[in-house]
Amino acid sequence: MTLGLINANPVVHAKKERVARPLDDPHADDAVDPLEIYDIVRDIRDPEHPYSLEQLSVLSEESITVDEKLGRILITFTPTIQHCSMATVIGLCLREKLKDCFPAHFKVDIKVAPGSHADEEAVNKQLNDKERVAAALENPNLRQLVTECLYSSEL
Amino acid sequence: MSLVDESFELKELQVLEGHADRVWSVAWKPATGFDGVPAVLASCSGDKTVRVWEQSPSSGSFQCKAVLEETHTRTVRSCAWSPSGKLLATASFDATTAVWEHVGDDYECVSTLEGHENEVKSISWNASGSLLATCGRDKSVWIWEVLPGNEFECVSVLQGHTQDVKMVQWHPNMDILFSCSYDNTIKVWAEDGDDDWHCVQTLAEANNGHTSTVWALSFNATGDKMATCSDDLTLKIWGSDLLTIQSGNGSAPWKHICTLSGYHDRTIFSVHWSREGIIASGAADDAIRLFAEDGDG
Repeated sequence: MTLGLINANPVVHAKKERVARPLDDPHADDAVDPLEIYDIVRDIRDPEHPYSLEQLSVLSEESITVDEKLGRILITFTPTIQHCSMATVIGLCLREKLKDCFPAHFKVDIKVAPGSHADEEAVNKQLNDKERVAAALENPNLRQLVTECLYSSEL
Repeated sequence: MSLVDESFELKELQVLEGHADRVWSVAWKPATGFDGVPAVLASCSGDKTVRVWEQSPSSGSFQCKAVLEETHTRTVRSCAWSPSGKLLATASFDATTAVWEHVGDDYECVSTLEGHENEVKSISWNASGSLLATCGRDKSVWIWEVLPGNEFECVSVLQGHTQDVKMVQWHPNMDILFSCSYDNTIKVWAEDGDDDWHCVQTLAEANNGHTSTVWALSFNATGDKMATCSDDLTLKIWGSDLLTIQSGNGSAPWKHICTLSGYHDRTIFSVHWSREGIIASGAADDAIRLFAEDGDG
């Protein structure tokens, strides 16, 4: 573990304006809407900085793609720096937050944006190995960190 | 290889409920399910318990006969019965392997094997039940000797894999051990006499091997063929010369025979070769597929 923050000076962006959904929204049923998914994850707090993943441009609306027919969801996130060692933690946070959000047959793949991380393949492999993810979430320290990232935004 | 013909069908008999979290693995108890002996099944879960289910001779439905709990402190990842059915070994993310014995109506934990640095993922008993192998995320494979009085002694710690070892499996007839890993390879381990175990072969990408994590492997009944499955979306069949294996030459080389691709579009987690020669695969695309060899091989 390195001492101090990995990226001490992240670039922080303004939060994008939220669109309030009208009550008779056609998406307000079983359909999986990328924007709905984005709403669920945009406020996850970064593991190292007191800002949301959206504010740090780790996530944006374009991060989420849904293939409704195949039942696949792909989330692509951009770590703030190439050697971000928190990339796997961010991935775990995304998985945990989205855990019970879809019909069971939907498969979620989480990857770092191509070219955004020095160990892109290694990080992607870990994030999409369901046994590794399950074991990591049983680790009390990781679990604590993930919980903080997911729930501090609700304070 | 051709797909199994249409007269084959998988019919769901029953859904067993009871576990409070994901069920990772199941194991049929040997010598049960025929000749009037009710079938017995063990299942293990993220709820940290193991359940033993028995089929009722009258109704045919399975009931939970025992819950093995308060031993593992994390997910129980896999379970395996000893060849005699007397013992059940369970591997857990808590870094231990527990060994249970059926005592009266219940199961008692008679031994706990410690040594792995982190999650234990798989266990396998050899054909005679004299050896137990375990593997885990610490990249190592451990071989334990089964001693009288339910004592277990570690005889070897095998290093060689460069990543998480997903599964270990003993050859059906010989004391040759196979392991498969997140490092995309399959390794073959044999002993040269004095409890000196070493890797005699590695099946990697260069040998027509897998290009991503190998999750499982299974032997055919005669032990001269092996099926493996992977995150690379393929199943591979490997073969070796039966006579060479049986001569006790641990380094009988394994060669790639064929690759089955295009049948699953997500990670294939599980493969099993039945005694009758049917290969079953289970994948993250929510499908189970059955394969049979056509006449031409």
